Amino acid sequence: MTELQRTPLFDLHVELGGKMVPFAGYEMPVQYPAGIMAEHNHTRARAGLFDVSHMGQVILRAADYAAAAAALEALIPMDVLGLAEGRQRYGLFLNEAGGILDDLMFANRGDHLFLVVNAACKAADIAHLKAALEPAVRVEEITDRALLALQGPAAESVLTEFAPEAAGMRFMDVRTLELDGIEAWVSRSGYTGEDGFEISVPAARAEALARRLLAHDSVAPIGLGARDSLRLEAGLCLYGHDIDTGTLPGEAALSWAIQKVRRAGGARAGGFPGAAAVLAQLAEGPARKRVGLRPEGRAPMREGVPLFAEAEGGTAIGQVTSGGFGPTVGGPVAMGYVPAGLAAPGTRLFGEVRGKRLPVAVAALPFVAANFKR
Amino acid sequence: MKYTEEHEWLLPEGDLITVGITAHAAEQLGDVVFVELPEPGTEVSKEDEVVVIESVKAASDILAPLDGEIVEVNTAIVDNPGLVNEDPEGEAWFFKIKPSDLSPMDDYMDEAAYKTFVG
Repeated sequence: MTELQRTPLFDLHVELGGKMVPFAGYEMPVQYPAGIMAEHNHTRARAGLFDVSHMGQVILRAADYAAAAAALEALIPMDVLGLAEGRQRYGLFLNEAGGILDDLMFANRGDHLFLVVNAACKAADIAHLKAALEPAVRVEEITDRALLALQGPAAESVLTEFAPEAAGMRFMDVRTLELDGIEAWVSRSGYTGEDGFEISVPAARAEALARRLLAHDSVAPIGLGARDSLRLEAGLCLYGHDIDTGTLPGEAALSWAIQKVRRAGGARAGGFPGAAAVLAQLAEGPARKRVGLRPEGRAPMREGVPLFAEAEGGTAIGQVTSGGFGPTVGGPVAMGYVPAGLAAPGTRLFGEVRGKRLPVAVAALPFVAANFKR
Repeated sequence: MKYTEEHEWLLPEGDLITVGITAHAAEQLGDVVFVELPEPGTEVSKEDEVVVIESVKAASDILAPLDGEIVEVNTAIVDNPGLVNEDPEGEAWFFKIKPSDLSPMDDYMDEAAYKTFVG
């Protein structure tokens, strides 16, 4: 087993009483002494600071933005060329069958593309990018920068104390801001359903900035546990759980992420891995769909719980891919895959928990309304 | 009071033994969000899974520490699972068992031994 890596904030996590656990090859805080529930609620009420430095940061450079964008369009079914400077978009790396290799954020930062990918997938993503794009495009993994996320309704007021321009950013804008004398690559985005910012800063300055942010009354450190319950309530996919190489974008309810220009009839339709299967699924509709699930009782339905159409008998018709307790909802929430014919909100299904079939209703996502600044 | 390696506390009261989980266990579990208790009158054997407890992190089982009959359960923790975090060694007891064999009690730890056990 390879040794676990540490982020530039490791010492700070320990000092703050973070309970460190292995996650995607890193030692990360699953929670601080406040606990997952309090951390979750704090983020929804005020602002939470997350260390997401384990995620991969990648720059793609070519002759100009358009050249890099055109190259990336060969790997993902998104409109990269049409993305305006200073804007960010959600994307999906696909394999030849249309299965999802990873999800990512990509931003037009003027003369280059900036990508943020999942920690567990970053080595494979970078190898994939290099194999497909080099030498025309330079694929540069950024290993000397940390990544922080400041999330919650107070995030704007906190960040504007460091950089007033932050207030002028709207959801999915990206800017370079100077925060406390530190050059920060900032996007107005996150993984909680709340307004907030993701902030890339030089590793050597990350702890100082984190301390400055945490010194603010509204800001508390938040671990991976609450990060998971926040994103689950927000209906956001966790790679390796809700989406993986066995899921196509359409069935994952991510067709919104594929812009018209890349779809059948679009000016740059197809031309990405798995295009035939992905576009066919968009045209015909998927056989199964990712849906929200709201258990009727109090028992959480966690990943792997099989779903049935009937209270007794029959075979499983789907399963839970993420599930737990939603502190803001005040009860259990889950996501999973069900046949398209059973995917309408309100459809009553049964999840088998410890041998018992418990009622669960298909629910619209997100469970908690997004609080983005659009 | 006696303690098991499963982090249960056992408090003999008359011919019944009240069972709960220790503060150490409650802290390790994190915020408790769901508790499922057995029906009163259930006959159990030592090490049967009698209680399901779920925190925000994970599900775990509480094992019967003795053979016997579950005579009373604490529905307050079903209605308010957070009580397990607030007062694990008091109000948040789980069940009372009428043991049919008390001999395992001799093997369970006293408070000093349990403190050493959890370090």
